Amino acid sequence: MHGVVNWAVHFFMLDEGPLIWLSDFLIICASLGILAVLTKFRLWKWLWDEWLTTVDHKKIGIMYMIAAILMLFRGGTDGLLMRAQLAWPNMHFLNADHYDQIFTTHGTIMILFMAMPAIIGFFNVAVPLQIGCRDVAFPYLNAISFWLFFFAALLFNLSFVVGGSPDGGWTSYPPYVENQFDPGPGENYYLVALSITGIGTIATGINFLVTILRMRAPGMTFMRLPMFTWSVFVTSVIILFAFPVLAVALALLLIDRDFGSHFFTVDGGGAPMQYVNLFWFWGHPEVYIVILPAFGIFSEVISTFSHKRIFGYSAMVVSMVAIAILSFITWVHHFFTMGAGPGVNSFFGVSTMAIAIPTGVKVFNWLFTMHKGRIEFKTAMLWAIGFIPNFLIGGLTGVMLAVPPADYQYHNSYFLIAHFHYVLIGGTVFGVFAGLYYWWPKMFGVLLNEKLGRWHFWTFMIGFNVCFFPQFFLGFMGMTRRMYTYPAGYGWGVVNLISTIGAFLMGVGFIILVYNILWSARYGERDVTGDPWDGRTLEWATTSPAPHYNFAIIPTVKGRDAWWLMKQNGESINGPKGVPFRPIHMPNNSGRPFIMSLFFFILGAGFVFQWWILAIIGFVGVLVCMAQRSFEYDDSHYIPVEEIEKTEAAAGRL
Amino acid sequence: MSNAHTAVHGEHHPVDPNVPLEYQGEENSLRVIGFWLFLAQDMILFSSLFATYIVMHGRVAGGPTSQELFDVTGFTIETIALLFSSFTCGLATYEMRRGHRDAMIGWILVTMALGLVFLGFEVTEFIHNVGEGATLQRSGFLSAFYILVGTHGSHVTVGLLWVTLLIFQLLRRGITPVTARKVFLWSIYWHFLDAVWIFIFTVVYLTGKVI
Repeated sequence: MHGVVNWAVHFFMLDEGPLIWLSDFLIICASLGILAVLTKFRLWKWLWDEWLTTVDHKKIGIMYMIAAILMLFRGGTDGLLMRAQLAWPNMHFLNADHYDQIFTTHGTIMILFMAMPAIIGFFNVAVPLQIGCRDVAFPYLNAISFWLFFFAALLFNLSFVVGGSPDGGWTSYPPYVENQFDPGPGENYYLVALSITGIGTIATGINFLVTILRMRAPGMTFMRLPMFTWSVFVTSVIILFAFPVLAVALALLLIDRDFGSHFFTVDGGGAPMQYVNLFWFWGHPEVYIVILPAFGIFSEVISTFSHKRIFGYSAMVVSMVAIAILSFITWVHHFFTMGAGPGVNSFFGVSTMAIAIPTGVKVFNWLFTMHKGRIEFKTAMLWAIGFIPNFLIGGLTGVMLAVPPADYQYHNSYFLIAHFHYVLIGGTVFGVFAGLYYWWPKMFGVLLNEKLGRWHFWTFMIGFNVCFFPQFFLGFMGMTRRMYTYPAGYGWGVVNLISTIGAFLMGVGFIILVYNILWSARYGERDVTGDPWDGRTLEWATTSPAPHYNFAIIPTVKGRDAWWLMKQNGESINGPKGVPFRPIHMPNNSGRPFIMSLFFFILGAGFVFQWWILAIIGFVGVLVCMAQRSFEYDDSHYIPVEEIEKTEAAAGRL
Repeated sequence: MSNAHTAVHGEHHPVDPNVPLEYQGEENSLRVIGFWLFLAQDMILFSSLFATYIVMHGRVAGGPTSQELFDVTGFTIETIALLFSSFTCGLATYEMRRGHRDAMIGWILVTMALGLVFLGFEVTEFIHNVGEGATLQRSGFLSAFYILVGTHGSHVTVGLLWVTLLIFQLLRRGITPVTARKVFLWSIYWHFLDAVWIFIFTVVYLTGKVI
């Protein structure tokens, strides 16, 4: 009995101190709260019918966004804990082990469980509407993608209170993370959770490629696609070619840890560098996977709020394609210092700098789009304008890092930390915020408050610069990443303190965003027109939120900025009057994606703890779900004409 | 394009005589192109495993080398069985296009039998190796060998399980646009595994026997 209690105390990490107790308490309170609300307001059936079983891209998009905001909170809390620990020399607010775990989960969550769902959420929210179709190519698969991500995120977050978090950094380099040096379930959580969400991401890439290739409205040629859809297309290609490599890297490392193979060990003929190569062969394209859609959002926002069509459309497209190609030949710049030699390093230095050219083209095109435009400084536009100088700082320091001899100075210093936060926050996070303010009315039929939006923008933007600009100097002063404390006397203390103050200001900005969301849900201006920004692309042609079937009649596109053209010509989205509606064929909801992903979760937990019975149960469950799907022939229904007429009449489109 | 857009999915279009059965209707053609993209990502997955294997090939850590380990008779029979199965799989598709359900199922069964022969030899080879101490845990080379060849083998296993389900559907429903598409997707999967095997045969077995 005593043994069991000891095991349980250790397993649930109750011996790890007050941070864990507090987390346990908050998790239990939040879970009980959610259960109580669902039960009290009899929402269980609503939850299952409307959300857990949905295959509607608009609802899946909303679920992705909610998950991304929650994960931004988790990752942000990790960031604030780190900044609190580093605020002053010789701090022991966190011990070294806890600090390692927290910087690992911070990085992993921010990239894979915050940035990825946020951008994929926007894929779902915007792409089918922008190209004038009724759903993605494979709605059922789309639901599987979401639930795989969801359960992977759940599994990863569970590590904080069950068994211990991964602590090998978000890159998880062997040989340090091999069993020999880093036993326990921590790193397994990382490997398994990323594998599961990676399967979902590959499926998303395929789904959106086929959607954009084959489901565009008549007349929507490739060179008439909205810029965001173009960015999604290019991103999906990168996903398709990059994510399988990550899957292999993770699987081989997991096999090393769970079954004792010698891929990346130091003994037995292992080659740790092989992991590093595989990881960054995915990892570098991955940063373009999260930045290109943000570029797409900025293109939409800048064009809309300048009330001009985008400047240099073809150049924008060519730049994105060039970035996508170059992204696959720069991976070695992440480890110039590992001694590949001058020839190899020079090649990768030059290929990395070359990316600045297409990126520069894009920046100038955004500026020229604004030039002589009738600029409206809505919050979404503020994020887009704020993005340009901030991303420029990130990009130019990137070119500095791309010079191999100089990189020997900057490598893994706070200069690097500052650089990639300038591109990832100044680029991706600003893009996600711009997208949230821009598409919020389309998602929920409510506008976010502009005044609170401005507060959100200015606190977060100033906080971001106060936090990360000093870190360039910390890097020059010799402070390396991942150190959990430092002695007094280096002159780092005050600079770190300033950085920490900035971080907390960003936290205030986040709270203002959440308050804005809650305030607007209750008091926000309702979007009755469906087109609050005088938009240019087809998503603004339908109601906010769009009806289940998106478009009663598939529109015919006559040029770029299709909806703008229709408005100029006084045309209706439903075409000439009197065209009769026809029944619309839609996929049925299904609970199976949710259940199958739950089995993936069980399978994953089995691999994390090496409980093979659990793994087998999960595996068999997944197989049974797939077999059931194979025998499912009746998976769609028709929306009758009367229902379409009623919806369209209510929207004033008859 | 335009009438395809009146539906998201699978509206029952009239049969178009110029298009093979498995491409009839929007849903079918979407799924075929989606599956090709799935195979593209699978190709990247195998490429990563091949790259890893090539890096690990000489890292034997004092254990058995590829020259000592590989058995020419075994991998030759495996190769012949799998290559023939691709041919019989093609015959199944041919019979499907001619509308002969029973002949089609017959050729699928022959394909499955050849697949089982292939798997049988592979499993025997693995068991034999392990018996000689050449385990996954022995060296980096062996880890890479088992995982590359084993990943292909598990793909073949999935293919066998998948087509078993399809045979039941063929027996119940006959050759329809939907069952034809399902079998067609399985067949390109099967041919893809054959192509991957040609690379394993060349890169792993033939090269491994020489250097």
